[in-house]
Amino acid sequence: MTALAQMYQAAILEHARRTRHRGVLDPADARQEGVNPSCGDELVLTLRLSDDAVTAVRYEGKGCAISQASASLMAEAVEGRSRDEVEALIRHVKSMIHGEGLHPDLGELAVLEGVRRLPARVKCAALAWTTLEAALRTHPVGGAPSAEPAAAEPDGAGTGGS
Amino acid sequence: MTDHDVALLRRDFPILERRVNDRPLVYLDSAASAQAPRQVLEAVDRYRRRHHANVHRGAHTLSAEATEMYEGARSRVARFLRADDPRGVVFTRNATEAINLVAHAYGRHHLREGDEIVVTVAEHHANLVPWHLLAAERGLTVRGVPLGADFRVDHDALAAAIGERTKIVATYHISNVLGNLQPLRAVADAAHAVGALFVVDGAQAAPHVPIDVTALGADAYAFSGHKVGGPTGIGALWMRPSLLETLPPFLGGGEMIRRVEVDRSSYADIPMRFEAGTPAIAEAIGLATALDYLDDVGLGAIWDHDRALARYALARLADLDGVRTYGPEGSDRGGIVPFNVDGVHPHDVASFLDAEGIAVRAGHHCAQPLMRALGVDATARASFWLYTTEAEVDAFVDAVSRSRAFFAPLTVAP
Repeated sequence: MTALAQMYQAAILEHARRTRHRGVLDPADARQEGVNPSCGDELVLTLRLSDDAVTAVRYEGKGCAISQASASLMAEAVEGRSRDEVEALIRHVKSMIHGEGLHPDLGELAVLEGVRRLPARVKCAALAWTTLEAALRTHPVGGAPSAEPAAAEPDGAGTGGS
Repeated sequence: MTDHDVALLRRDFPILERRVNDRPLVYLDSAASAQAPRQVLEAVDRYRRRHHANVHRGAHTLSAEATEMYEGARSRVARFLRADDPRGVVFTRNATEAINLVAHAYGRHHLREGDEIVVTVAEHHANLVPWHLLAAERGLTVRGVPLGADFRVDHDALAAAIGERTKIVATYHISNVLGNLQPLRAVADAAHAVGALFVVDGAQAAPHVPIDVTALGADAYAFSGHKVGGPTGIGALWMRPSLLETLPPFLGGGEMIRRVEVDRSSYADIPMRFEAGTPAIAEAIGLATALDYLDDVGLGAIWDHDRALARYALARLADLDGVRTYGPEGSDRGGIVPFNVDGVHPHDVASFLDAEGIAVRAGHHCAQPLMRALGVDATARASFWLYTTEAEVDAFVDAVSRSRAFFAPLTVAP
């Protein structure tokens, strides 16, 4: 299978237009914006959190099929999971898209693996996950939200040329 | 240029022989960075192998040779811009740094709180952000002038935006998104009528059209070496020497001084006053060689070739259902073609094309205000240069057409 066909397999194209977790939670326990400055992709992630779990996830955003599919896959994978499980998933996804191996816990998320063969697109797949990571970092367990409003940027994001 | 002429020119560009993803490279991203001909690669290599030393300071043969070559490059840039005095040419890293130089040296010296800077909404970020930084520091207002339906500067809006507080008017010469050549003389006259400085971002024009800074009415003109087939890391600012002479330095350090005490210094004459530290000597020589190459081919011929390819690409893309293009048609449209496939993000289209060896840009093209004016978040963009063939445009359009089928699952309702 070509790198292109592997990346844009049916599951990715289907998730890119899936609407199950699109929207905004209001009220939300955490709200985090993610931006990809090189291409203008934007994501707004809202979460409901219990002491030790992510109980609800919604995202709104615009961007390429890879970034949108990754957000949909992320929302489905992490909703209802414990924070520890979610943090482990974030690590496994990052390793996968950087070509460092496929962890067995990834499940359906393994459809994102193809992006490692399209280096220019790794940051698209990463956006939802780095945004989630930033949301959890600024809302530690049992603590008040941190004052840090920094927008998340995907790993390896450039700033774009002309 | 005939197909045969282009085929001969292509032999000068070794990178065009490359294969990408098992296909012949079709390089349609020259507006981001052009490929360099072997003449440039060889000139840089020859300088480094035979002549390299620091400029303007050594008392030895190599330094004298390097200085002569570097200053020769400066004169070459002046000739390229039809400027009679090479002292008006300051070497910079690129067009971006050149505009920043104007913002710092001219802007901080001449602009006061409440003064205004006028730009168009279609500027590259390089011709917006330096003014924003200056405006924030000095309490200035930056005003954006819309383009008319013909994508030219709307002169009524320009007249309304320019007033007695206007101190700088800055516009592009060829748009990096729309590909159109902006008629600048009337803009220059409107700026000069209120005593404002007229700054031109020539990054996209320099590779494509003959430039005459005096005929344009420009007070400052900026361009980048890597977009004209030269190396990265070199660009130039031309500014009217009588004006440049009145400005304080931009960066401080060696080369730009007259006399230095521990607690104060005085500064060199122009243009050295604006070139602190060891400059990009080999790159400047490479740039001069690229300008020789462009003049050998002929910028008039290059502009005709670009426009013919743009017309052809726009006409072929117009035949595809579900594909939109942006910008004007007509004789002032150069070889830059932004487009979108309905329902598909431009990055996905670009990845599809890349898999076929076709290099295009996708994104906001460092022109976010223009994207908003066009009502889009982003576009894909094909850009052509002197080595682009009609067959490559065909390969590109055919691939865009196939991308629609590939991404069709994205465009059906979930």
